[in-house]
Amino acid sequence: MSELPGDLLYTKDHEWLRREDDGSVTIGITDHAATALGDLVYVELPEVDQEVEAAGEMAVVESVKAASDVYAPIAGTVAAVNDDLADDPEKINAEPYGEGWIVRMMPSADIDESEMMSPDAYQQLLDELDD
Amino acid sequence: MPFIPHTEKDTREMLAAIGADSIEELFDEIPAELRIDHLHGVPEAHNEMEVSRLMSARAAMDGSPMCFIGAGAYEHHIPTAVWDIATRGEFYSAYTPYQAEASQGTLQTIYEYQTMITELTGLDVSNASLYDGASALAEAALMAVRTNRRVKTGLVLLAPGVNPVYEKVAQAIAGSQGLTFERLPVDAATGNVAFDALEAGRSPVAVVAQQPSFPGTLEDVDRLADWAHGEGALVISIANPTALALLKAPGHWGEKGADIAIGEGQPLGVPLSSGGPYFGYMTCKQQHVRQMPGRIVGRTTDLDGKPGFALTLQAREQHIRRTKATSNICTNQGLMVTAATIYMSLLGFEGLAAVARRSHANATRLVDGLCAIDGVSRLYEGPYFHEVALQLDRPVAPLLATLAERNILGGFDLTDYAGVDALLVCATETKTDGDIDAYIAAFAAVMT
Repeated sequence: MSELPGDLLYTKDHEWLRREDDGSVTIGITDHAATALGDLVYVELPEVDQEVEAAGEMAVVESVKAASDVYAPIAGTVAAVNDDLADDPEKINAEPYGEGWIVRMMPSADIDESEMMSPDAYQQLLDELDD
Repeated sequence: MPFIPHTEKDTREMLAAIGADSIEELFDEIPAELRIDHLHGVPEAHNEMEVSRLMSARAAMDGSPMCFIGAGAYEHHIPTAVWDIATRGEFYSAYTPYQAEASQGTLQTIYEYQTMITELTGLDVSNASLYDGASALAEAALMAVRTNRRVKTGLVLLAPGVNPVYEKVAQAIAGSQGLTFERLPVDAATGNVAFDALEAGRSPVAVVAQQPSFPGTLEDVDRLADWAHGEGALVISIANPTALALLKAPGHWGEKGADIAIGEGQPLGVPLSSGGPYFGYMTCKQQHVRQMPGRIVGRTTDLDGKPGFALTLQAREQHIRRTKATSNICTNQGLMVTAATIYMSLLGFEGLAAVARRSHANATRLVDGLCAIDGVSRLYEGPYFHEVALQLDRPVAPLLATLAERNILGGFDLTDYAGVDALLVCATETKTDGDIDAYIAAFAAVMT
Protein backbone atom coordinates (compact mmCIF):
# COMPACT_ATOMS: atom_id res chain seq x y z
CA MET A 1 0.00 0.00 0.00
CA SER A 2 1.35 3.37 -0.97
CA GLU A 3 2.15 6.17 1.46
CA LEU A 4 -0.82 8.35 2.45
CA PRO A 5 -0.39 12.01 1.47
CA GLY A 6 0.18 14.00 4.65
CA ASP A 7 -1.72 17.13 3.65
CA LEU A 8 -5.14 15.48 3.36
CA LEU A 9 -7.97 14.69 5.73
CA TYR A 10 -9.57 11.24 5.59
CA THR A 11 -12.92 9.67 6.48
CA LYS A 12 -13.93 6.24 7.69
CA ASP A 13 -15.73 5.83 4.35
CA HIS A 14 -12.31 5.88 2.65
CA GLU A 15 -12.62 9.33 1.15
CA TRP A 16 -10.07 12.11 1.28
CA LEU A 17 -10.43 15.91 1.44
CA ARG A 18 -8.00 18.66 0.55
CA ARG A 19 -8.58 22.28 1.57
CA GLU A 20 -7.85 24.60 -1.34
CA ASP A 21 -6.68 28.23 -1.05
CA ASP A 22 -9.98 29.60 -2.32
CA GLY A 23 -11.93 27.95 0.51
CA SER A 24 -13.16 25.05 -1.58
CA VAL A 25 -12.54 21.41 -0.72
CA THR A 26 -11.42 18.76 -3.19
CA ILE A 27 -12.73 15.26 -2.55
CA GLY A 28 -11.75 11.84 -3.82
CA ILE A 29 -11.59 8.22 -2.72
CA THR A 30 -8.50 6.68 -1.17
CA ASP A 31 -6.13 4.25 -2.81
CA HIS A 32 -7.48 1.59 -0.46
CA ALA A 33 -11.05 2.16 -1.73
CA ALA A 34 -9.98 2.24 -5.38
CA THR A 35 -7.99 -0.96 -5.01
CA ALA A 36 -10.87 -2.70 -3.24
CA LEU A 37 -13.29 -1.78 -6.02
CA GLY A 38 -10.94 -2.89 -8.78
CA ASP A 39 -10.56 -1.27 -12.19
CA LEU A 40 -13.13 1.49 -12.43
CA VAL A 41 -15.18 1.66 -15.62
CA TYR A 42 -17.58 4.49 -14.90
CA VAL A 43 -18.08 7.43 -12.61
CA GLU A 44 -21.42 9.15 -12.19
CA LEU A 45 -20.80 12.76 -11.18
CA PRO A 46 -23.14 15.32 -9.63
CA GLU A 47 -24.17 18.52 -11.40
CA VAL A 48 -22.16 21.67 -10.79
CA ASP A 49 -24.08 24.02 -8.42
CA GLN A 50 -25.93 21.04 -6.96
CA GLU A 51 -26.37 21.29 -3.20
CA VAL A 52 -25.28 18.25 -1.24
CA GLU A 53 -26.00 17.36 2.36
CA ALA A 54 -23.36 15.84 4.59
CA ALA A 55 -23.49 12.03 4.17
CA GLY A 56 -25.70 12.50 1.11
CA GLU A 57 -25.01 10.62 -2.09
CA MET A 58 -22.60 12.64 -4.18
CA ALA A 59 -21.27 10.33 -6.88
CA VAL A 60 -21.23 6.70 -7.93
CA VAL A 61 -18.08 4.80 -8.83
CA GLU A 62 -18.51 1.60 -10.78
CA SER A 63 -16.06 -1.20 -11.45
CA VAL A 64 -16.70 -4.29 -13.53
CA LYS A 65 -17.90 -6.09 -10.43
CA ALA A 66 -19.54 -3.49 -8.21
CA ALA A 67 -20.98 -0.04 -8.01
CA SER A 68 -20.49 2.03 -4.90
CA ASP A 69 -21.93 5.33 -3.74
CA VAL A 70 -19.58 8.11 -2.76
CA TYR A 71 -21.04 10.09 0.13
CA ALA A 72 -20.39 13.76 0.69
CA PRO A 73 -18.13 14.08 3.76
CA ILE A 74 -19.34 17.67 4.25
CA ALA A 75 -22.38 19.73 3.33
CA GLY A 76 -22.01 22.29 0.58
CA THR A 77 -22.39 23.18 -3.07
CA VAL A 78 -20.66 21.39 -5.90
CA ALA A 79 -18.16 23.89 -7.36
CA ALA A 80 -16.53 21.62 -9.95
CA VAL A 81 -16.51 18.00 -11.04
CA ASN A 82 -13.68 16.08 -12.65
CA ASP A 83 -15.10 15.71 -16.17
CA ASP A 84 -11.97 13.87 -17.31
CA LEU A 85 -13.23 10.84 -15.38
CA ALA A 86 -16.03 10.39 -17.91
CA ASP A 87 -13.53 9.21 -20.52
CA ASP A 88 -10.91 7.90 -18.17
CA PRO A 89 -12.37 6.59 -14.89
CA GLU A 90 -9.22 4.53 -14.29
CA LYS A 91 -7.49 7.76 -13.33
CA ILE A 92 -8.96 7.06 -9.90
CA ASN A 93 -7.06 3.77 -9.75
CA ALA A 94 -3.87 5.30 -11.12
CA GLU A 95 -3.75 8.55 -9.16
CA PRO A 96 -6.42 8.52 -6.46
CA TYR A 97 -5.00 11.62 -4.72
CA GLY A 98 -4.14 13.59 -7.89
CA GLU A 99 -5.72 13.41 -11.34
CA GLY A 100 -8.31 11.03 -9.90
CA TRP A 101 -10.07 13.65 -7.75
CA ILE A 102 -13.86 13.49 -8.08
CA VAL A 103 -15.59 16.63 -6.82
CA ARG A 104 -14.67 20.11 -5.59
CA MET A 105 -17.14 21.52 -3.09
CA MET A 106 -17.73 24.88 -1.50
CA PRO A 107 -18.56 23.97 2.12
CA SER A 108 -21.70 25.52 3.53
CA ALA A 109 -20.19 25.67 7.05
CA ASP A 110 -16.83 25.33 8.77
CA ILE A 111 -15.47 21.83 8.45
CA ASP A 112 -15.62 19.90 11.70
CA GLU A 113 -12.21 18.28 11.66
CA SER A 114 -13.08 16.14 14.64
CA GLU A 115 -15.29 14.19 12.22
CA MET A 116 -12.28 13.59 9.96
CA MET A 117 -9.12 11.54 10.35
CA SER A 118 -5.49 12.55 10.11
CA PRO A 119 -3.20 10.50 7.85
CA ASP A 120 -1.94 8.63 10.90
CA ALA A 121 -5.43 7.88 12.19
CA TYR A 122 -6.54 6.67 8.77
CA GLN A 123 -3.40 4.51 8.44
CA GLN A 124 -4.32 2.97 11.76
CA LEU A 125 -7.83 2.22 10.46
CA LEU A 126 -6.31 0.52 7.40
CA ASP A 127 -3.97 -1.50 9.57
CA GLU A 128 -6.91 -2.67 11.68
CA LEU A 129 -8.80 -3.66 8.52
CA ASP A 130 -5.80 -5.72 7.45
CA ASP A 131 -5.74 -7.65 10.70
CA MET B 1 -28.47 -26.22 -21.17
CA PRO B 2 -31.18 -27.86 -19.07
CA PHE B 3 -33.12 -25.99 -16.42
CA ILE B 4 -34.21 -28.42 -13.69
CA PRO B 5 -36.21 -27.19 -10.70
CA HIS B 6 -34.93 -28.10 -7.26
CA THR B 7 -36.27 -31.16 -5.48
CA GLU B 8 -37.88 -31.29 -2.04
CA LYS B 9 -34.55 -32.52 -0.71
CA ASP B 10 -32.79 -29.46 -2.22
CA THR B 11 -35.38 -27.21 -0.61
CA ARG B 12 -34.90 -28.84 2.81
CA GLU B 13 -31.12 -28.54 2.55
CA MET B 14 -31.28 -24.89 1.55
CA LEU B 15 -33.70 -24.07 4.37
CA ALA B 16 -31.46 -25.89 6.83
CA ALA B 17 -28.42 -23.97 5.61
CA ILE B 18 -30.04 -20.60 6.29
CA GLY B 19 -31.71 -21.73 9.49
CA ALA B 20 -35.36 -21.59 8.48
CA ASP B 21 -37.73 -24.43 9.33
CA SER B 22 -40.09 -23.99 6.42
CA ILE B 23 -40.86 -21.92 3.36
CA GLU B 24 -43.57 -20.26 5.46
CA GLU B 25 -40.98 -19.14 7.98
CA LEU B 26 -38.71 -17.89 5.19
CA PHE B 27 -41.42 -15.53 3.95
CA ASP B 28 -42.54 -14.60 7.46
CA GLU B 29 -41.47 -10.98 7.17
CA ILE B 30 -43.91 -10.25 4.35
CA PRO B 31 -47.03 -8.91 6.10
CA ALA B 32 -50.07 -11.17 5.85
CA GLU B 33 -52.22 -8.54 4.16
CA LEU B 34 -49.77 -8.32 1.27
CA ARG B 35 -49.83 -12.07 0.64
CA ILE B 36 -52.14 -13.98 -1.63
CA ASP B 37 -52.79 -17.63 -0.69
CA HIS B 38 -54.30 -18.55 -4.01
CA LEU B 39 -54.48 -17.08 -7.48
CA HIS B 40 -57.89 -15.99 -8.58
CA GLY B 41 -59.30 -18.33 -11.22
CA VAL B 42 -56.44 -20.81 -10.88
CA PRO B 43 -57.59 -24.02 -9.21
CA GLU B 44 -55.37 -25.91 -6.78
CA ALA B 45 -53.40 -29.07 -7.58
CA HIS B 46 -54.81 -30.65 -10.71
CA ASN B 47 -53.08 -33.58 -12.32
CA GLU B 48 -51.79 -33.44 -15.87
CA MET B 49 -54.89 -34.97 -17.42
CA GLU B 50 -57.18 -32.56 -15.58
CA VAL B 51 -55.04 -29.58 -16.54
CA SER B 52 -55.00 -30.63 -20.21
CA ARG B 53 -58.76 -30.96 -20.20
CA LEU B 54 -59.28 -27.62 -18.44
CA MET B 55 -56.91 -25.75 -20.75
CA SER B 56 -58.41 -27.33 -23.87
CA ALA B 57 -61.88 -26.29 -22.72
CA ARG B 58 -60.71 -22.74 -22.02
CA ALA B 59 -58.82 -22.50 -25.31
CA ALA B 60 -61.93 -23.65 -27.16
CA MET B 61 -63.82 -20.70 -25.67
CA ASP B 62 -61.71 -18.44 -27.92
CA GLY B 63 -63.09 -20.19 -31.01
CA SER B 64 -61.51 -19.07 -34.27
CA PRO B 65 -63.15 -15.75 -35.00
CA MET B 66 -62.03 -13.35 -37.70
CA CYS B 67 -60.19 -10.69 -35.74
CA PHE B 68 -60.27 -7.00 -36.61
CA ILE B 69 -59.19 -5.84 -33.13
CA GLY B 70 -55.81 -4.20 -32.64
CA ALA B 71 -55.57 -1.62 -29.85
CA GLY B 72 -52.05 -2.61 -28.86
CA ALA B 73 -51.82 -6.31 -29.81
CA TYR B 74 -51.83 -7.37 -33.44
CA GLU B 75 -52.54 -10.60 -35.28
CA HIS B 76 -49.81 -11.34 -37.81
CA HIS B 77 -48.87 -14.39 -39.77
CA ILE B 78 -46.12 -16.23 -37.90
CA PRO B 79 -44.05 -18.56 -40.10
CA THR B 80 -44.14 -22.11 -38.65
CA ALA B 81 -40.36 -22.12 -38.41
CA VAL B 82 -40.45 -19.39 -35.74
CA TRP B 83 -41.91 -21.48 -32.94
CA ASP B 84 -40.43 -24.71 -34.27
CA ILE B 85 -37.00 -23.25 -33.63
CA ALA B 86 -37.88 -21.21 -30.55
CA THR B 87 -39.21 -24.27 -28.73
CA ARG B 88 -36.11 -26.40 -29.33
CA GLY B 89 -34.67 -27.58 -26.03
CA GLU B 90 -31.62 -25.34 -26.39
CA PHE B 91 -33.80 -22.21 -26.50
CA TYR B 92 -36.87 -23.25 -24.55
CA SER B 93 -36.45 -21.23 -21.40
CA ALA B 94 -37.42 -17.78 -20.26
CA TYR B 95 -34.37 -17.66 -18.01
CA THR B 96 -31.44 -15.33 -18.18
CA PRO B 97 -28.13 -16.83 -19.21
CA TYR B 98 -25.85 -15.77 -16.36
CA GLN B 99 -23.24 -18.35 -17.25
CA ALA B 100 -21.59 -17.16 -20.43
CA GLU B 101 -19.53 -20.36 -20.67
CA ALA B 102 -22.70 -22.45 -20.95
CA SER B 103 -24.98 -20.08 -22.85
CA GLN B 104 -23.24 -18.77 -25.95
CA GLY B 105 -26.14 -19.64 -28.26
CA THR B 106 -28.77 -17.91 -26.14
CA LEU B 107 -26.54 -14.91 -25.57
CA GLN B 108 -25.83 -14.55 -29.28
CA THR B 109 -29.56 -14.74 -30.04
CA ILE B 110 -30.21 -11.88 -27.61
CA TYR B 111 -27.29 -9.94 -29.06
CA GLU B 112 -28.73 -10.33 -32.58
CA TYR B 113 -32.14 -9.27 -31.22
CA GLN B 114 -30.60 -6.13 -29.71
CA THR B 115 -28.92 -5.34 -33.02
CA MET B 116 -32.19 -5.71 -34.95
CA ILE B 117 -34.20 -3.59 -32.52
CA THR B 118 -31.61 -0.80 -32.50
CA GLU B 119 -31.76 -0.78 -36.32
CA LEU B 120 -35.56 -0.61 -36.29
CA THR B 121 -35.65 2.21 -33.75
CA GLY B 122 -32.59 4.10 -35.02
CA LEU B 123 -30.99 4.24 -31.56
CA ASP B 124 -27.64 3.08 -30.21
CA VAL B 125 -28.29 0.41 -27.60
CA SER B 126 -31.04 -2.06 -26.71
CA ASN B 127 -31.64 -4.08 -23.60
CA ALA B 128 -32.58 -7.75 -23.73
CA SER B 129 -36.30 -6.79 -23.41
CA LEU B 130 -38.83 -6.07 -20.66
CA TYR B 131 -42.17 -7.63 -19.69
CA ASP B 132 -44.39 -5.77 -22.16
CA GLY B 133 -44.99 -2.40 -23.77
CA ALA B 134 -46.98 -0.99 -20.86
CA SER B 135 -44.43 -1.76 -18.14
CA ALA B 136 -41.71 -0.54 -20.52
CA LEU B 137 -43.33 2.91 -20.34
CA ALA B 138 -43.06 2.88 -16.54
CA GLU B 139 -39.40 1.84 -16.79
CA ALA B 140 -38.71 4.51 -19.41
CA ALA B 141 -40.29 7.23 -17.27
CA LEU B 142 -38.21 6.19 -14.23
CA MET B 143 -35.13 6.04 -16.44
CA ALA B 144 -35.84 9.57 -17.69
CA VAL B 145 -35.93 10.85 -14.09
CA ARG B 146 -32.54 9.26 -13.37
CA THR B 147 -31.07 10.58 -16.60
CA ASN B 148 -32.53 14.08 -16.76
CA ARG B 149 -31.36 14.97 -13.27
CA ARG B 150 -31.56 18.73 -13.64
CA VAL B 151 -35.35 18.50 -13.85
CA LYS B 152 -36.90 17.87 -10.45
CA THR B 153 -40.61 18.09 -11.31
CA GLY B 154 -41.19 14.38 -11.93
CA LEU B 155 -43.71 15.53 -14.54
CA VAL B 156 -44.18 13.21 -17.52
CA LEU B 157 -46.32 14.62 -20.32
CA LEU B 158 -48.14 12.11 -22.50
CA ALA B 159 -49.33 12.84 -26.01
CA PRO B 160 -53.10 12.30 -26.32
CA GLY B 161 -52.40 9.23 -28.47
CA VAL B 162 -50.57 7.26 -25.77
CA ASN B 163 -52.35 3.97 -25.06
CA PRO B 164 -54.53 4.59 -21.95
CA VAL B 165 -53.63 1.16 -20.58
CA TYR B 166 -49.95 2.08 -20.73
CA GLU B 167 -50.70 5.19 -18.69
CA LYS B 168 -52.57 3.11 -16.12
CA VAL B 169 -49.69 0.66 -15.75
CA ALA B 170 -47.07 3.43 -15.63
CA GLN B 171 -49.14 5.22 -12.99
CA ALA B 172 -49.42 2.03 -10.92
CA ILE B 173 -45.66 1.38 -11.04
CA ALA B 174 -44.16 4.88 -11.02
CA GLY B 175 -46.96 6.99 -9.52
CA SER B 176 -45.85 6.22 -5.99
CA GLN B 177 -42.24 7.16 -6.80
CA GLY B 178 -42.85 10.87 -7.25
CA LEU B 179 -43.85 10.83 -10.91
CA THR B 180 -47.01 12.42 -12.25
CA PHE B 181 -48.43 11.67 -15.67
CA GLU B 182 -50.43 14.31 -17.50
CA ARG B 183 -51.92 14.45 -20.96
CA LEU B 184 -51.01 17.09 -23.52
CA PRO B 185 -53.97 18.91 -25.14
CA VAL B 186 -55.66 17.14 -28.04
CA ASP B 187 -56.69 18.54 -31.40
CA ALA B 188 -60.23 17.24 -31.84
CA ALA B 189 -59.96 17.13 -35.64
CA THR B 190 -56.77 15.06 -35.87
CA GLY B 191 -56.71 13.24 -32.53
CA ASN B 192 -53.08 14.37 -32.22
CA VAL B 193 -51.33 16.96 -30.06
CA ALA B 194 -52.85 20.45 -30.30
CA PHE B 195 -49.59 22.34 -30.82
CA ASP B 196 -51.26 25.77 -30.49
CA ALA B 197 -52.48 24.87 -27.00
CA LEU B 198 -49.14 23.59 -25.65
CA GLU B 199 -48.07 25.23 -22.44
CA ALA B 200 -44.38 26.10 -22.25
CA GLY B 201 -42.26 26.35 -19.12
CA ARG B 202 -43.65 23.45 -17.11
CA SER B 203 -40.27 21.68 -16.93
CA PRO B 204 -41.40 18.17 -17.82
CA VAL B 205 -38.76 15.51 -17.20
CA ALA B 206 -40.01 13.58 -20.24
CA VAL B 207 -42.54 13.84 -23.05
CA VAL B 208 -44.02 10.63 -24.44
CA ALA B 209 -45.26 10.30 -28.03
CA GLN B 210 -46.87 7.22 -29.53
CA GLN B 211 -46.56 6.41 -33.24
CA PRO B 212 -48.98 5.34 -34.63
CA SER B 213 -51.17 6.69 -31.86
CA PHE B 214 -53.60 4.54 -29.89
CA PRO B 215 -56.53 5.63 -32.13
CA GLY B 216 -54.41 4.90 -35.21
CA THR B 217 -53.35 8.39 -36.27
CA LEU B 218 -49.87 9.57 -37.19
CA GLU B 219 -48.51 12.24 -34.90
CA ASP B 220 -46.16 15.01 -36.09
CA VAL B 221 -43.41 13.43 -34.04
CA ASP B 222 -40.64 15.66 -35.41
CA ARG B 223 -42.38 18.77 -34.17
CA LEU B 224 -43.34 17.20 -30.86
CA ALA B 225 -39.80 15.90 -30.23
CA ASP B 226 -38.30 19.33 -30.97
CA TRP B 227 -40.83 21.03 -28.69
CA ALA B 228 -40.07 18.54 -25.89
CA HIS B 229 -36.31 19.00 -26.18
CA GLY B 230 -36.83 22.77 -26.17
CA GLU B 231 -38.63 22.37 -22.83
CA GLY B 232 -35.65 20.49 -21.40
CA ALA B 233 -37.46 17.14 -21.47
CA LEU B 234 -36.26 13.77 -22.69
CA VAL B 235 -38.31 12.28 -25.51
CA ILE B 236 -39.73 8.79 -25.02
CA SER B 237 -41.21 7.14 -28.10
CA ILE B 238 -43.74 4.33 -28.14
CA ALA B 239 -43.84 2.76 -31.59
CA ASN B 240 -45.29 -0.34 -33.20
CA PRO B 241 -42.25 -2.27 -34.48
CA THR B 242 -44.04 -3.40 -37.64
CA ALA B 243 -44.89 0.20 -38.49
CA LEU B 244 -41.22 1.13 -38.03
CA ALA B 245 -40.46 -0.78 -41.23
CA LEU B 246 -42.19 2.14 -43.02
CA LEU B 247 -42.17 5.09 -40.61
CA LYS B 248 -39.29 7.27 -39.51
CA ALA B 249 -37.27 5.60 -36.75
CA PRO B 250 -37.64 7.29 -33.33
CA GLY B 251 -33.88 7.90 -33.22
CA HIS B 252 -34.39 10.36 -36.09
CA TRP B 253 -37.43 12.21 -34.75
CA GLY B 254 -36.86 15.95 -34.94
CA GLU B 255 -33.42 17.47 -34.71
CA LYS B 256 -32.08 15.34 -31.86
CA GLY B 257 -34.13 12.15 -32.07
CA ALA B 258 -35.98 10.34 -29.29
CA ASP B 259 -33.83 9.60 -26.25
CA ILE B 260 -35.56 6.38 -25.24
CA ALA B 261 -37.66 4.17 -27.54
CA ILE B 262 -40.03 1.58 -26.15
CA GLY B 263 -42.95 -0.46 -27.37
CA GLU B 264 -44.81 -3.72 -27.46
CA GLY B 265 -42.79 -6.41 -29.23
CA GLN B 266 -45.71 -8.83 -29.68
CA PRO B 267 -46.28 -8.06 -33.40
CA LEU B 268 -42.86 -9.61 -34.10
CA GLY B 269 -43.73 -13.30 -34.08
CA VAL B 270 -45.61 -13.61 -30.80
CA PRO B 271 -49.21 -14.88 -31.01
CA LEU B 272 -52.11 -12.95 -29.45
CA SER B 273 -52.64 -15.79 -26.89
CA SER B 274 -55.46 -14.05 -25.04
CA GLY B 275 -53.11 -11.31 -23.87
CA GLY B 276 -49.69 -12.76 -23.20
CA PRO B 277 -46.92 -13.48 -22.62
CA TYR B 278 -45.61 -10.63 -24.77
CA PHE B 279 -42.42 -8.62 -24.48
CA GLY B 280 -41.47 -4.96 -24.30
CA TYR B 281 -38.56 -3.55 -26.23
CA MET B 282 -36.39 -0.68 -25.07
CA THR B 283 -33.57 1.15 -26.81
CA CYS B 284 -31.80 4.42 -26.02
CA LYS B 285 -28.99 6.75 -26.92
CA GLN B 286 -25.53 5.54 -25.91
CA GLN B 287 -25.12 8.37 -23.38
CA HIS B 288 -28.13 7.09 -21.36
CA VAL B 289 -27.14 3.42 -21.24
CA ARG B 290 -25.99 3.47 -17.59
CA GLN B 291 -29.54 4.32 -16.55
CA MET B 292 -31.20 1.71 -18.75
CA PRO B 293 -32.94 -1.07 -16.80
CA GLY B 294 -32.67 -4.73 -17.67
CA ARG B 295 -30.07 -7.02 -19.09
CA ILE B 296 -27.74 -6.15 -21.93
CA VAL B 297 -25.70 -8.68 -23.87
CA GLY B 298 -22.37 -7.49 -25.24
CA ARG B 299 -19.88 -8.96 -27.66
CA THR B 300 -16.37 -9.43 -26.39
CA THR B 301 -13.27 -11.53 -27.05
CA ASP B 302 -11.94 -14.39 -24.96
CA LEU B 303 -8.34 -14.96 -23.89
CA ASP B 304 -7.54 -16.48 -27.27
CA GLY B 305 -8.98 -13.47 -29.08
CA LYS B 306 -12.07 -15.35 -30.25
CA PRO B 307 -15.39 -13.51 -30.27
CA GLY B 308 -17.90 -14.39 -27.58
CA PHE B 309 -20.95 -12.99 -25.82
CA ALA B 310 -21.62 -12.08 -22.19
CA LEU B 311 -24.00 -10.03 -20.10
CA THR B 312 -22.51 -6.58 -19.75
CA LEU B 313 -22.93 -3.39 -17.69
CA GLN B 314 -24.29 -5.53 -14.87
CA ALA B 315 -23.42 -3.03 -12.15
CA ARG B 316 -26.75 -1.32 -13.00
CA GLU B 317 -28.66 -4.43 -12.08
CA GLN B 318 -30.35 -5.75 -8.98
CA HIS B 319 -28.02 -8.69 -8.32
CA ILE B 320 -25.14 -6.20 -8.00
CA ARG B 321 -26.63 -2.83 -7.02
CA ARG B 322 -29.46 -4.19 -4.88
CA THR B 323 -31.81 -1.37 -3.84
CA LYS B 324 -29.99 1.16 -6.03
CA ALA B 325 -30.44 -0.90 -9.19
CA THR B 326 -31.96 0.76 -12.25
CA SER B 327 -34.94 -1.55 -11.74
CA ASN B 328 -35.94 -4.18 -9.22
CA ILE B 329 -39.04 -5.37 -11.02
CA CYS B 330 -37.90 -6.06 -14.54
CA THR B 331 -36.62 -9.08 -16.37
CA ASN B 332 -36.19 -10.01 -20.00
CA GLN B 333 -38.74 -12.16 -21.84
CA GLY B 334 -36.15 -14.59 -23.19
CA LEU B 335 -38.42 -16.97 -25.07
CA MET B 336 -40.53 -14.23 -26.69
CA VAL B 337 -37.37 -12.43 -27.75
CA THR B 338 -36.03 -15.64 -29.26
CA ALA B 339 -39.22 -15.94 -31.33
CA ALA B 340 -39.00 -12.28 -32.36
CA THR B 341 -35.39 -12.67 -33.42
CA ILE B 342 -36.21 -15.69 -35.57
CA TYR B 343 -39.26 -13.87 -36.98
CA MET B 344 -37.20 -10.82 -37.95
CA SER B 345 -34.40 -12.99 -39.40
CA LEU B 346 -36.86 -14.93 -41.55
CA LEU B 347 -38.64 -11.84 -42.84
CA GLY B 348 -35.68 -9.53 -43.15
CA PHE B 349 -36.19 -5.81 -43.37
CA GLU B 350 -37.87 -6.09 -46.79
CA GLY B 351 -40.22 -8.79 -45.54
CA LEU B 352 -41.21 -6.72 -42.53
CA ALA B 353 -41.82 -3.73 -44.80
CA ALA B 354 -43.96 -5.94 -47.05
CA VAL B 355 -46.05 -7.00 -44.04
CA ALA B 356 -46.45 -3.34 -43.08
CA ARG B 357 -47.45 -2.28 -46.61
CA ARG B 358 -49.93 -5.15 -46.99
CA SER B 359 -51.45 -4.31 -43.61
CA HIS B 360 -51.82 -0.67 -44.60
CA ALA B 361 -53.43 -1.60 -47.93
CA ASN B 362 -55.85 -3.96 -46.16
CA ALA B 363 -56.76 -1.32 -43.60
CA THR B 364 -57.45 1.12 -46.44
CA ARG B 365 -59.76 -1.36 -48.17
CA LEU B 366 -61.55 -1.99 -44.89
CA VAL B 367 -61.96 1.67 -43.95
CA ASP B 368 -63.05 2.76 -47.41
CA GLY B 369 -65.66 0.01 -47.43
CA LEU B 370 -66.94 0.75 -43.93
CA CYS B 371 -67.08 4.51 -44.51
CA ALA B 372 -69.33 3.94 -47.55
CA ILE B 373 -71.97 2.66 -45.09
CA ASP B 374 -74.50 5.22 -43.84
CA GLY B 375 -73.75 6.29 -40.28
CA VAL B 376 -70.02 5.48 -40.47
CA SER B 377 -67.25 8.05 -40.90
CA ARG B 378 -63.60 8.61 -39.94
CA LEU B 379 -63.33 10.00 -36.43
CA TYR B 380 -60.02 11.75 -37.18
CA GLU B 381 -58.66 13.09 -40.45
CA GLY B 382 -55.14 12.41 -41.66
CA PRO B 383 -52.97 9.42 -42.53
CA TYR B 384 -52.96 6.11 -40.65
CA PHE B 385 -51.07 2.82 -40.61
CA HIS B 386 -53.18 -0.33 -40.19
CA GLU B 387 -55.71 0.82 -37.64
CA VAL B 388 -58.41 3.51 -37.90
CA ALA B 389 -60.93 5.13 -35.57
CA LEU B 390 -64.48 5.32 -36.93
CA GLN B 391 -67.36 7.37 -35.61
CA LEU B 392 -70.75 5.62 -35.64
CA ASP B 393 -74.27 7.01 -35.42
CA ARG B 394 -75.23 4.53 -32.73
CA PRO B 395 -73.81 2.75 -29.65
CA VAL B 396 -70.90 0.46 -30.45
CA ALA B 397 -71.28 -2.32 -27.87
CA PRO B 398 -74.50 -3.91 -29.22
CA LEU B 399 -73.11 -3.77 -32.73
CA LEU B 400 -69.93 -5.60 -31.70
CA ALA B 401 -72.03 -8.21 -29.87
CA THR B 402 -74.05 -8.89 -33.01
CA LEU B 403 -70.89 -9.19 -35.11
CA ALA B 404 -69.40 -11.58 -32.53
CA GLU B 405 -72.42 -13.84 -33.01
CA ARG B 406 -71.35 -14.00 -36.65
CA ASN B 407 -67.84 -15.00 -35.56
CA ILE B 408 -66.33 -11.59 -36.28
CA LEU B 409 -64.39 -9.61 -33.67
CA GLY B 410 -65.32 -6.27 -35.17
CA GLY B 411 -62.89 -3.96 -33.40
CA PHE B 412 -62.12 -2.20 -30.14
CA ASP B 413 -64.88 -0.11 -28.56
CA LEU B 414 -63.33 3.36 -28.49
CA THR B 415 -66.34 5.11 -26.94
CA ASP B 416 -64.77 5.68 -23.51
CA TYR B 417 -61.54 6.96 -25.03
CA ALA B 418 -63.09 9.27 -27.62
CA GLY B 419 -66.16 10.44 -25.72
CA VAL B 420 -68.38 9.71 -28.75
CA ASP B 421 -69.69 6.46 -30.26
CA ALA B 422 -66.47 5.25 -31.85
CA LEU B 423 -64.88 2.01 -33.00
CA LEU B 424 -61.22 1.21 -33.61
CA VAL B 425 -60.74 -1.26 -36.47
CA CYS B 426 -57.55 -2.91 -37.63
CA ALA B 427 -56.64 -5.07 -40.62
CA THR B 428 -53.24 -6.73 -40.86
CA GLU B 429 -51.70 -8.79 -43.67
CA THR B 430 -53.57 -11.84 -42.34
CA LYS B 431 -56.82 -10.67 -43.95
CA THR B 432 -57.71 -11.48 -47.54
CA ASP B 433 -59.84 -9.22 -49.71
CA GLY B 434 -62.58 -11.80 -49.18
CA ASP B 435 -62.28 -11.52 -45.39
CA ILE B 436 -62.44 -7.76 -45.54
CA ASP B 437 -65.41 -7.72 -47.91
CA ALA B 438 -67.21 -10.26 -45.71
CA TYR B 439 -66.68 -8.03 -42.70
CA ILE B 440 -67.92 -4.95 -44.57
CA ALA B 441 -71.02 -6.85 -45.70
CA ALA B 442 -71.73 -8.08 -42.16
CA PHE B 443 -71.22 -4.58 -40.80
CA ALA B 444 -73.58 -3.09 -43.40
CA ALA B 445 -76.19 -5.70 -42.53
CA VAL B 446 -75.98 -4.88 -38.82
CA MET B 447 -76.18 -1.13 -39.51
CA THR B 448 -79.39 -1.31 -41.53
